[in-house]
Amino acid sequence: MMDALLEVKDLSFSYNGNSKYAVFRDINFSVNPGDIFCLLGPNGTGKSTLLKCISGLLTPCKGSIFIHNRDISRLRASQVAREMGYVPQSQVSAFPFLVEDIVVMGRAPHLNVFSAPKTEDIRIAYDSMETVGIASLAKRACTTLSGGEWQLALIARALAQKPRIMILDEPTSHLDMGNQMKILGVVQELAEKGMAVVMASHFPDHAFLLASRTAILNQGSIVRQGTPEEVITDECMCKTYGIDVKVIYVGEGVERRACFPFHRVKSQSVNKLNLQNQNITGMTGI
Amino acid sequence: MQPDKKTGLHFNTFKLQVFLVLLLACVSVAALMTGQLRIHPYEVVKIILSGIFHIEKTWSPTLESVLFDVRLPRLIAGILVGAGLSVSGASFQGLFRNPLVSPHILGVSAGAGLGAALAILFFSKIYIVQLFSFLFGLLAVLMTYSLSRVYRTTPVLMLVLSGMIVGALFSAGTSLLKYIADPVNQMPSIVFWMLGSLNNASNKDLIIAGPVMLGGIVVLLLIRWRINLLAMGEEEARSLGVETGRIRAVIIFCATVISASAVSISGIIGWIGLVIPHIGRILVGPDNKKLLPVVTLIGAIYLVIVDTIARTAIESEIPIGVLTAIAGAPIFAYLLRKNRSGW
Repeated sequence: MMDALLEVKDLSFSYNGNSKYAVFRDINFSVNPGDIFCLLGPNGTGKSTLLKCISGLLTPCKGSIFIHNRDISRLRASQVAREMGYVPQSQVSAFPFLVEDIVVMGRAPHLNVFSAPKTEDIRIAYDSMETVGIASLAKRACTTLSGGEWQLALIARALAQKPRIMILDEPTSHLDMGNQMKILGVVQELAEKGMAVVMASHFPDHAFLLASRTAILNQGSIVRQGTPEEVITDECMCKTYGIDVKVIYVGEGVERRACFPFHRVKSQSVNKLNLQNQNITGMTGI
Repeated sequence: MQPDKKTGLHFNTFKLQVFLVLLLACVSVAALMTGQLRIHPYEVVKIILSGIFHIEKTWSPTLESVLFDVRLPRLIAGILVGAGLSVSGASFQGLFRNPLVSPHILGVSAGAGLGAALAILFFSKIYIVQLFSFLFGLLAVLMTYSLSRVYRTTPVLMLVLSGMIVGALFSAGTSLLKYIADPVNQMPSIVFWMLGSLNNASNKDLIIAGPVMLGGIVVLLLIRWRINLLAMGEEEARSLGVETGRIRAVIIFCATVISASAVSISGIIGWIGLVIPHIGRILVGPDNKKLLPVVTLIGAIYLVIVDTIARTAIESEIPIGVLTAIAGAPIFAYLLRKNRSGW
C-alpha cells in the first residue's frame, strides 16, 4: 500500500536519543481516508508517545512518518498542522479563554506570524463547532466546561485546522458512558466524511464500536494488528492486560462483540452466583 | 452589559480603545500643566503644537523650556515605561501560563540593580549608571536563558527557576555593594535609584531608549495572537503549527529589551507589569488579541497619573516605585479576592 494517506514506517523513539532505551521500536502501520485506527495497550506502554511522534511533537530516533508519501520531518510545523489535527488528552487552560477563542486557534497553521484570525477564520471555527455540536457554547469560558464539552471543543479546534488526518489521544478518558458514546459518534462521523483517524483508547470495546483496524501496543512494540475481531480475543486481551477477559457476542439489538474483564471465581461460588443471577438474561455467548 | 466574573466584562474593544486614547490625551495635558509652575491647559496645547505648526509665540521662553526640556520628556518616558512594562507583563503571563508573573521574573531588574550599583560606586555619572543598568539587565536574562536550556529546548519551569537563581545571585551582589558603599553619599543614591523615579528622564535618554522600547512594544503587539497559542502550553501550540522555541525567544527578547530600557531610565518600578494586565483582563477578557492594546494604553495612563502625583503631592518627590506598590498592592489584593476562580 504505497499510497496510504498516513504511513508509519519502522518508527522507534527514545527520550535520550539512544535506541537501546527505546519507548517503542519498529512500529509499522498505515491509515487510509475513512479508516479509524484504534491503538490499544496497557498504561505506560507508549501509546501517547507514539501519537506525539506521529504528530511531529516528538522526533523519532529511527523511522519516518509519511503523509501521501511526503516525509513529515521535511515539512514545517505549520505544514504538518494543516494535514494533521492532534487532539491532546484533556488539560486545563491557564486562562478562561472563550470557547470560540480556543476553537479559532485551530486556524493558526493557515495564518502568518503577524496576523490574527479574520472573519473567514471565525466562520470556519463556527462551522467546526457546529459539526461537533457545541455552537451554543461559543461564548462560554473554557474553564466552566465539563469534561465532555472540553473534549468536543478540542476536537472542534483540530477540525478548524482543516486536516485530512485526525490524531486523538484517549479522547474518552474521564468521561461518563453517555459522553464517551457522544465523542465516539463524532469521531465516526468524521471518518464517514473521509478523514483518516488514529485514536488511542483504554477500552477494547471502543475498537469494536467503531474501529476499522486496531493494533495492540505492548512493551514497546505492536504485538498484533488487524480488524478488531481478529485482534481482540480472550487470549490476546489476557496477555495484554494480565487479567482474565471474555469476549462475547451480544445480540438483542446490540449486535457487536464486547469485552468482559472478570475475576475467575471458584466453582462453589459460581453456583451461588448463578442462583443470584438467574433473572439476568440477554447475553448470548458465542 | 452582563458582567461575567470569570472572563471579564468584554467591553467593545474598539470603543474602549478610543476612550482610553482620549483619556491618555487628557491625562497627558493635565500632567504637563501641573507642577511648581502651573501652565494653563490652553497654553500647553498651543506650545506643544508650536513644535509642529507655525504658531506665533505669545509665551515666555521659560515656559517653553519647562515644557520641552523637563515635563515633556518626563511625560513621554512615563508613557513608554508604563506601556512597555504592562505589555511585557501581559506577554510574560501568557508565555509562562501564569497570571502572577511580572516582567522581572527572569532577573532583569536584579541584574539592572547590580549594574546601577556598580556604576554609582565606581563612576557616579548618570549616563554610565543608565548604560550599566541596561547592560546588566540584559546580561542577567541572558544568563537565565542559557542556564535553562536543556536538550536544545527551554522548558518554562526551567526558565522560572533559573530566573530565581540568577535574580538571587545578582541581588546578593547588590547587597554586597550597598554594604561596602560610602554610607553618606553612595548608599543613599543606590537606595533611591532602586526605588524608581522618572526624575532623570531627559530628551537625550529618550532618543536612545525611546525607539528601542517602542520597537519592542510594536513587535509584541504584532505577534499578540500567537501568545494565546503559547498560553495553551508548549505541546498544544506546537501541534497547531507554532514554532514555539522561536516565538518564545522573540517574546523574551522584546520584553527584556523593554524592561531593561525602562529600568535604565526610571529605576525599578514594580507592580505595573503585574497589576495592569489583570485590570485589562477584567475589562476585555483574556484574549491577547484584545488584551494587549488595551493593556498598553492603561499602563501608560496609570504611570502618567502616578508620576504626576509623585512629583506634585508633597514638597519633595515621592519615589514612584513606592507609590505604584502602595496603589498596586491593594488593587491586586482586591482582584485576587474577587476573581478567586478565574483570571
